[in-house]
Amino acid sequence: MDYVLNLILIIIVAIFVNNVVLAQFLGICPFLGVSKKVDTASGMGMAVTAVLVVATIVTYLIQVYVLNAFGLEYLQTIAFILVVAALVQMIEIILKKTMPALYQALGVFLPLITTNCCILGVAILVIQKEYDLLEGVIYALATGVGFLLAMVLFAGLREQLELIDVPKSFRGVPIALVTAGLLAMAFMGFSGVDGGLKILFGL
Amino acid sequence: MLTVLTVITIVAAGVLASVNAVTAPQIEKINAENLSAGIKAVMGSDDIQVSEPWEVDAFTVYDINDKEGNLLGKAIVTTENGFGGPLKVLVGFNTEGDILGYTVLEHAETPGLGAKAGEWFQDKIKGMNPGKNNFTVSKDGGEVDAITASTITSRAFLLAIQKAYDKVFAGQDATSGATQQASASDMGTPDVIE
Amino acid sequence: MNNFKVLVNGIIKENPTFVLLLGMCPTLGTTSSAINGMSMGLATMCVLILSNFIIASIKKLIPDAVRIPSYIVVIASLVTVLQMLIKAYAPDIDKSLGLFIPLIVVNCIILGRAESFAAKNGPVASIFDGIGIGLGFTLGLTCLGAVRELLGTGAIFGVTLWGENYGMLMFVLAPGAFLALGYLIVLFNKITKKA
Repeated sequence: MDYVLNLILIIIVAIFVNNVVLAQFLGICPFLGVSKKVDTASGMGMAVTAVLVVATIVTYLIQVYVLNAFGLEYLQTIAFILVVAALVQMIEIILKKTMPALYQALGVFLPLITTNCCILGVAILVIQKEYDLLEGVIYALATGVGFLLAMVLFAGLREQLELIDVPKSFRGVPIALVTAGLLAMAFMGFSGVDGGLKILFGL
Repeated sequence: MLTVLTVITIVAAGVLASVNAVTAPQIEKINAENLSAGIKAVMGSDDIQVSEPWEVDAFTVYDINDKEGNLLGKAIVTTENGFGGPLKVLVGFNTEGDILGYTVLEHAETPGLGAKAGEWFQDKIKGMNPGKNNFTVSKDGGEVDAITASTITSRAFLLAIQKAYDKVFAGQDATSGATQQASASDMGTPDVIE
Repeated sequence: MNNFKVLVNGIIKENPTFVLLLGMCPTLGTTSSAINGMSMGLATMCVLILSNFIIASIKKLIPDAVRIPSYIVVIASLVTVLQMLIKAYAPDIDKSLGLFIPLIVVNCIILGRAESFAAKNGPVASIFDGIGIGLGFTLGLTCLGAVRELLGTGAIFGVTLWGENYGMLMFVLAPGAFLALGYLIVLFNKITKKA
């Protein structure tokens, strides 16, 4: 029972309290780069979520059964980034062959994901936080959902911004950054929620 | 084509292995030095011998003797959930359970607010005894001023120390003090650090 | 282009923080104080100079098909070496930068410069490009860190100017990173585009 409550806590913390973009600053490039329209933003968010989950499973197994088993922990960074790069390529090929409709929707985002630091970041964090495989997968999934949520909210705001007469030197990235700052401020309202939930769950 | 990539990877792995061979012992040495420096700081003395640590529940306890082998007190590593995550504190007690000093080992508190716990309590709790003093924040009727705007961090900090005291010192009076000392010396001969 | 021009180009015209907007994750994530921003900038600069030099030296040996994976291996090894050295000899920096050290691997600046400069120019010019872009990045991060530290805590490089009772703490926290960078870019645009 405690284990299940712990998983629920991981989900809530990863989505709201420690939002991957707005609190941890991972995956800022796509957050600023592909957030002009809600539908592209949600496409990117879903692609990242999918890759996050698969990458976390694979990197976790590599860490436990290869790196830890042979005392090669110092090769972590190099192994993980190669795995992520190869994995993204593989997902792209498989999607193209088996699910062309989904590939149409997500395909264009896949090459961009290799250098999205939230994938490598989450893979390393799962090892650092000493999660087991199930916790790691749940954490990766929730992080992806948090990313998706931030992307969609932010894209919605930016669509509205298009209609506003923004001062010339603020146009483009600066006003986007200020908007993101306000969004991050809103998410700060969730800070401390995890502490309360922990007491509520009796953990 | 693949041979080039393989060669590059093998060269890279070789370089990393050799750098690792140099830095790994250094990293271990630094960690050990930090711990011994931390223990000296919280005990307020340089002339000490530190025992092998022993574990009780989630606490790690070091018995501290002076150079002649007289028991000075204990340094305890204790963890409590703060505002942003685990708050790990190393706290030094004398044999009576009076606080000699503390240092925050790890925290994820808000910078500028809860993160001030490292300095805030230094003068406030030294000499206090969680068994005798009301060791809670003044908001809860206790004797310690909380960090401004960081009551949750302050509560967690005090609770961490209180729990360490309760586990290791509570119920320890004149009689059980002797057994405590005896059992402590059974835990292994004290190691001299510096 | 002579080497001096390459150097200045990276600091002003192609400033990675204010103009190219590359490497935004460490830019926002590590600049809660001026000194943190500077250490991150310098760490990235070290990797960038070495990766530029190594890639420019060995680029003829690498077939085109495995170009990117090879670059990634080179960069990841450099980052791991740096990570181990920092852990061993500067543990305080390791504590304050944390996760963002291994994440230098996926900093788009490094792979980007490898692709767009080191793969086309000689090793010496590539070193200068690394220094220029690296300095530009360090400068950007230090500026942002200084502004956030000053507004947030009333201090700069740890030297108290007007005390944290007059600071707006929010600038040290997550939202302040976005806001401060937004306004700094506006300022940078105003200055460089007028001149």
